[in-house]
Amino acid sequence: MTQVLINAPKTARKGEVIELKALILHPMETGFRPGTNGRIIPRNIIERFTASWNGNEIFRMEFSPAIAANPFVSFFAVAAEGGKITFRWTGDEGFAVEESVAIDVA
Amino acid sequence: MKRTGVIPRPKAEGPLRLQERSLPSTALRAGATLGMTARLDRRAFLAGTALVSVFPFAPGRATPEAMAAAIKEVVGDNAIREGRVTLDLPPLIENGNTVPITVSVESPMNEADHIKAIHVFNEKNPQPHVFDARLSPRNGKAVIATRIKLGDSQKIVAIAETSKGEFFSASADVIVTLAACLEDLT
Repeated sequence: MTQVLINAPKTARKGEVIELKALILHPMETGFRPGTNGRIIPRNIIERFTASWNGNEIFRMEFSPAIAANPFVSFFAVAAEGGKITFRWTGDEGFAVEESVAIDVA
Repeated sequence: MKRTGVIPRPKAEGPLRLQERSLPSTALRAGATLGMTARLDRRAFLAGTALVSVFPFAPGRATPEAMAAAIKEVVGDNAIREGRVTLDLPPLIENGNTVPITVSVESPMNEADHIKAIHVFNEKNPQPHVFDARLSPRNGKAVIATRIKLGDSQKIVAIAETSKGEFFSASADVIVTLAACLEDLT
């Protein structure tokens, strides 16, 4: 089960710059560490994080193994119109999670 | 700070305990095979630590040269200027597994002039890349915060690419006391 935490304002004034924060539960295994049996634990990371506002991509970030476990990202966006903000994480081993929040823009 | 009031520890024990704590499990195992458990043999112990210092990131390690190459890949032949970028991360890091980092770039963020991308590099993790972020005028502010892993005390470089094709950079030196990737997994 994947757990996602998103912190975004529920309402915003038109044109306001709002902060969006997203956190996802993920081990971000680097592929450089040996396990208890001495063998390298295979890499398992999230490679890409994207955010779209009503279907238009507004932010994209490519992760490397140097991103800490349970990746947290904070960025800003202009509240242009009300609707849905969708966050999407994709990565190794077919990892794909999507989460949306609604926002009212007056 | 002066440590005048500290009671001196027995010499053989103090530094060893410190070492053990900062070594990965493989080190202890390597040490054990060399007869460390039977008797504290200084040579065996040193051989063990030497092994560890050679192999912690055996699959390859980023170096300042690798970082320069990775930066070159992004920037090409364009000049990189200092300024406009603020790289905010703690100068002294107790735990390299999660290090908060904030990159902010001064920019009007309008159609004509905005930050297109922010790249962050390091010089001593296994790979020189940390993250690449793509921005647009829809972001309003070129500020990104996240948490990263650091394998050693090193220099972190952030590079911002503007819509006009200019590159600005900032760097920060950090000291890491407990490195990422070296924790005991048992």
